[in-house]
Amino acid sequence: MSEKIKKVDNIFSKDCNCKDILAKTLKKDKDSFIQELIDSGLKGRGGAGFPTGLKWKFAKMAEGDEKFVICNADEGEPGTFKDRVILQEVPQKVLGGMALCGHIIGAKKGFIYLRGEYAWMKQDLQKAIDEMHDAFKTMKLDFFIDIRMGSGAYVCGEETALIESMEGKRGEPRNKPPFPASIGFRGKPTVVNNVETLVYTLMIAHIGAPEFKSLGTADSAGSKVFSISGDTPIPGVYELELGMKLSDFVEEFGDGDTKAVQVGGASGFCVPRRKFNDTVIGFEGIPTGGSMMLFNSHRSMYNVLHNYLDFFVEESCGQCTPCRVGCQQLLKGIEAVKSKERDSSYLNELIKLSETMHTASKCGLGQSVANSFNSIVEEFTEEIMY
Amino acid sequence: MTKMINLKINDIPVTVEEGATILDAAKKANFKVPTLCNHSDLCVAGNCRVCVVEQVGARNLQASCAVPAAEGMEILTSSAKVRRARKNIIELLLSEHRTDCTKCYKNGKCELQDLATEYAVGDNIYIDLVPFNDYSVDLSSPSIMKDDSKCIRCQRCVRTCAEMQQVAAIAVANKGSEQKISTFFDKPMANVVCTNCGQCIIRCPTGALVERNSIDEVFDAIYDPDKHVVVQTAPAVRIALGEDLDFEPGERVTGKLVTSLKLLGFDSVLDTDFTADLTIMEEGTELLTRLKKALVDGDKDVALPMTTSCSPGWIKFIEHKFPQLLSNVSTCKSPQQMFGALAKTYYAQKRNIDPSKIVSVSIMPCTAKKYEANRPEMRDSGYKDVDYVLTTRELARMIKQAGIDFKSLEDNNYDSIMGVSTGAAVIFGATGGVMEAAIRTAYEIVTGKEVPFKNLNITPVRGMEGVKEASVKIEGCVEDWKFLEGVELKVAIAHGLVNANNVLQAVKNGKADYHFIEIMACPGGCLGGGGQPIPTSLEIRNKRTAAIYEEDMNMPFRKSHENPEIKLIYEDFLGEPLGHKSHELLHTHYTEREAY
Repeated sequence: MSEKIKKVDNIFSKDCNCKDILAKTLKKDKDSFIQELIDSGLKGRGGAGFPTGLKWKFAKMAEGDEKFVICNADEGEPGTFKDRVILQEVPQKVLGGMALCGHIIGAKKGFIYLRGEYAWMKQDLQKAIDEMHDAFKTMKLDFFIDIRMGSGAYVCGEETALIESMEGKRGEPRNKPPFPASIGFRGKPTVVNNVETLVYTLMIAHIGAPEFKSLGTADSAGSKVFSISGDTPIPGVYELELGMKLSDFVEEFGDGDTKAVQVGGASGFCVPRRKFNDTVIGFEGIPTGGSMMLFNSHRSMYNVLHNYLDFFVEESCGQCTPCRVGCQQLLKGIEAVKSKERDSSYLNELIKLSETMHTASKCGLGQSVANSFNSIVEEFTEEIMY
Repeated sequence: MTKMINLKINDIPVTVEEGATILDAAKKANFKVPTLCNHSDLCVAGNCRVCVVEQVGARNLQASCAVPAAEGMEILTSSAKVRRARKNIIELLLSEHRTDCTKCYKNGKCELQDLATEYAVGDNIYIDLVPFNDYSVDLSSPSIMKDDSKCIRCQRCVRTCAEMQQVAAIAVANKGSEQKISTFFDKPMANVVCTNCGQCIIRCPTGALVERNSIDEVFDAIYDPDKHVVVQTAPAVRIALGEDLDFEPGERVTGKLVTSLKLLGFDSVLDTDFTADLTIMEEGTELLTRLKKALVDGDKDVALPMTTSCSPGWIKFIEHKFPQLLSNVSTCKSPQQMFGALAKTYYAQKRNIDPSKIVSVSIMPCTAKKYEANRPEMRDSGYKDVDYVLTTRELARMIKQAGIDFKSLEDNNYDSIMGVSTGAAVIFGATGGVMEAAIRTAYEIVTGKEVPFKNLNITPVRGMEGVKEASVKIEGCVEDWKFLEGVELKVAIAHGLVNANNVLQAVKNGKADYHFIEIMACPGGCLGGGGQPIPTSLEIRNKRTAAIYEEDMNMPFRKSHENPEIKLIYEDFLGEPLGHKSHELLHTHYTEREAY
């Protein structure tokens, strides 16, 4: 690994005992731990990047006779597979993070919303939960964790759709406000955190905010687990410091012929080679939930975009107009331009449409289709047209 | 005290109560923001996105129907950003909607069409998506036509069916481009729990859900010189028809209704109110008989509470959802079907007309009546008792087609026989009306005295509360009914099937000690029926209700048993309530149906 890219061993490190960390943190003052989380600058690792400490604070302050912690393990973003590895490798840390959150906000029940396609790991995960439950008893911590299975809908990774799905309804995003921290699962205050985020909360309890913050940048503190795929000789899951330059990343992971990197999966941005140097991976540049897909010059960016749009056409929940119909129009639109049924100027109409989708869709799914659409169409116009 | 919220709409300061939406605030500031999925009767969906507005400083536009107004908000309802998004959204909706507007049943009455007109979306930018989808028109139901190619997925129908009616016959299926409003296992509408109430129809903004219309068939019958076409009009038609013919909600048009039917060429213009009075005689006697069996004979098998049976949506609901309680339902046919059976027997005899030449048409505020008329058991006259059912809306369309200037019509009276009725009959159109009519008559039969309410207005059973309860203490009984002396008659009234469901659940669990329950499938009763003019809202239903009670107060007779034609039919034809002939023609049975 080159020096420009800093590999970190935090999430997967086995030289800490998460039960001890948890037991130790349970004795601390709740508000000061929330402050520590806020100070650490930890932002949600699922992609949206909401400050985790604030989310916990809101849920702690919210009134409710019952509260819930939900671990979002519905990892569905194309090109993302890091939560799967985390859940396989260090499930105790995830469960520890959940318990910690439960303790802080006052929840006695936690759920892991597990991606439908990950059903095969359910048994192992349950074993880890059973073991943790014993540890909770020893610590006199009243917290119980259950697994809920997703059914394969991408949109259920959106926290309110996830909650709807858990309540046995169609997985469709809710109107916001209210946010889950005040009205969530069964109408009760609920924290929904990504798998990785929960592990980092426990690690911050372990190493403290200053050490966590010593990595990364002002806007993007700490490290992050990346899922690296595509035209790379070394695909896999890596924990890297945030704030790296994309050119350094490509140097490390590319195959020498990288023409574009899709940062953040289908809902993320496509960065062409000429922008590698100016692109920072992090909240000040291009944020990602972890997916980094590399494309070399053999790839047709039309096919890449077509593939993403196909995905969105199917995975839009369908309730709101901009997303349901907009995705279909974008897909049919690039097909029409490709086949010359429509003039290339139609791409401008489609870009305007994607902006409407961005501003007017109900949830993050429809809002973020414009990211990949605009970046690919604008940077690779010829590939779309011819 | 309610907290007040101050915000600005297009720079104009406005104050609203906490909890009000941005849309409410915009209305208060006199700005119209277009909506589609929003409906005053339903919970907020926020899914069509037509109502998006710009909140200064916010990254995204806000769905004004769904976002609460907050202190200090600055909202722009028609900024460049808003306008473009709104226009795009309308264009998107049009691209997935079969826009054969001039050929559409809802042409001129479509909310999407109105928006398209307002925003002059003639650009036709996007690709027409309709040909890519495998749409079919569901014509299986005799009441409701469902055309998915017109559907804009606003889900008003879904919310109506689930929230207001607790039926959920239609729900959202699939996701993404495949998302659609469908039934259990995509079965035809005729084969699912749909009660045909038509509440979805009156809330559908487009032509995706409309009534199956019989306009041409009825005109054909009128123009056929060999046919004698009789028409009956339901109580709630006369107080709502005007809304489709340039009158305001709540204006009574009874006399003009009669005149227009005569001008249309019906051979005899008669009144369902006559058989509403007859229903009171039959159903009242049935209730008293059940009470006698229970209280005097100690018959444990007698099913109490007894429920009304005039609302065909309610009947289908209980057949699907609570078949174990079917014996609680009065065996009386609905007034429409009593009328139908008598039209081709009693009326035919009296007027000396061959019943095979009679075509019996009814004008109903209801789409479920179409289904009811088609039930196989509704042929006790030896013919199909009611040949065609038209909704209030269809009649308004016929009047327009015939070029009748409805507003300028003179008033006329119903023909006879079977055209005379009472105030007790007309209030059948409002929730609580059947109960009130029944009490007016039953109390008097049992005690020989009028009900102890001022002007006979039994106000505790009136109003829009979902479930109403009342009790009447029976005192001073005449000899035949001495066993009822001192009995506290307990009644309940439910309208809207969600309320019906709650009452039935209580009955099923043995937690209700009512004697008699009135149930109407539609909110507000028949006046809020699925065949009534569109739009509907609580405000409109309240105005129609007021009109119904006005109509009652203006009738010469206010009690069913005082109707001279009712006395006549028992003397000349039926004999006595619950007699042999009544059983043959006026009573029916029910069928257990599947729960999905």
